[in-house]
Amino acid sequence: MSEYELDARRMLCPMPVIKTQNKVKELQTGDILNVICTDPGALSDIPAWARINGHEFVGHDQQDDELIITIKIG
Amino acid sequence: MAKQHKAVALISGGLDSMLAVRVLQEQGIEVEGINFYTGFCVEGHTHAIRNHDKDKQKRNNALWAAEQLGIKLHIVDVIEEYKDVLLNPKHGYGANMNPCLDCKIFMVSKAVQWVKENHTNGFDFIITGEVIGQRPMSQRKQTMPIVAHESGADDILLRPLCAKNLPATKPEIEGWVDREKLYNFSGRNRKPQMALAKEFGFTDYASPAGGCCFLTDKNYSDKLVDLWKGRGSRDYEMDDIMLLKVGRHLRPKPDYKLIVARDAGESKFLQGYRKQLPSIQVISHNGPLTLVDGTFGRDDYQTAAGIVARYGQGRDSDEVEATVTIPGQDVVTIKVKPLTSEQVREEWHV
Ligand code: SF4
Repeated sequence: MSEYELDARRMLCPMPVIKTQNKVKELQTGDILNVICTDPGALSDIPAWARINGHEFVGHDQQDDELIITIKIG
Repeated sequence: MAKQHKAVALISGGLDSMLAVRVLQEQGIEVEGINFYTGFCVEGHTHAIRNHDKDKQKRNNALWAAEQLGIKLHIVDVIEEYKDVLLNPKHGYGANMNPCLDCKIFMVSKAVQWVKENHTNGFDFIITGEVIGQRPMSQRKQTMPIVAHESGADDILLRPLCAKNLPATKPEIEGWVDREKLYNFSGRNRKPQMALAKEFGFTDYASPAGGCCFLTDKNYSDKLVDLWKGRGSRDYEMDDIMLLKVGRHLRPKPDYKLIVARDAGESKFLQGYRKQLPSIQVISHNGPLTLVDGTFGRDDYQTAAGIVARYGQGRDSDEVEATVTIPGQDVVTIKVKPLTSEQVREEWHV
């Protein structure tokens, strides 16, 4: 199990979701992915994407204008 | 046990694609969704850049639809490939810059490719929510076989909502799907779809008025054509198409245009481009951030800043102070008289 980071700053939805989806393809079950985004829409889209594709939305953290969305690969 | 045949559905996020999926699910068919991101798609978030739209639902309709249907969704970035569809559509454009027929063919052909790649996982055919006569350009009786043929899908393309009005496809002929339980919707009347939605318990679905993307919007299309004219070439990058969605666009001279933020939300969004594009900001009063796209020299500063000042709180002052920032150069501060509303010419508005 490893932890990864994905930079999706300044991307507008659905690009952060697409980047997340493509990154997740390289990861293993149980891995953690932190996606850093600036589009607040990602906070509804990435968890929705994770739910329908069988991954777990662990939570999110807001730091100034940046959102860190954490998912666990299912 | 008989082989389970699976379908991939083109999901736009609208009601029709949701219905098409549910119709097949009712027959026990496993479906996964595919959604193509061309860069022009209408989705809540770019609207949400503007302040007054903040309360609007910030959801991606395709993801939302997939969740309602309980299906997986694959979102595919086709921004680069789509350029050729938009710039050179074999079948031409619709009422605006929307190349709907070529777009449909392109998307179905991408789905064909996906089915080939996922055939070993049981995927054999493609479904769409198309309805004959629903859209003036891409969904006519004559265009249905064109989409099927030119995309390379041929008889593996099934349209559950109007299948009974079309020749039987492979999934029907082979008995994977019961044709009797498919539909014969046609025309622009949406009542049958609404009734079926009710039957399936779908509420709160998205119903895009014109189409699934910004290209059906006259205003947006005009801005796109203006961009090409201004540059002297028909091309675009992702940043260009994002910026066409934001701000008030004015072209006081063929060489450059101004993108004036309409509220604080847009100003904030445009901030992100200040390292790439020249920008103008009134500093003596509150006012919108403005980006400049094109060839912009010292001689243009007064006019451009005068226009920008018109849209800020200093509009009635005799003089305001503004900064002009060209990436990689020193910031220049100028004094300028705001233009009057008559001086901002009608034809400058893109
Ligand atoms: S409205 Fe836009 S996305 Fe939909 S078919 Fe037409 S060109 Fe394609």
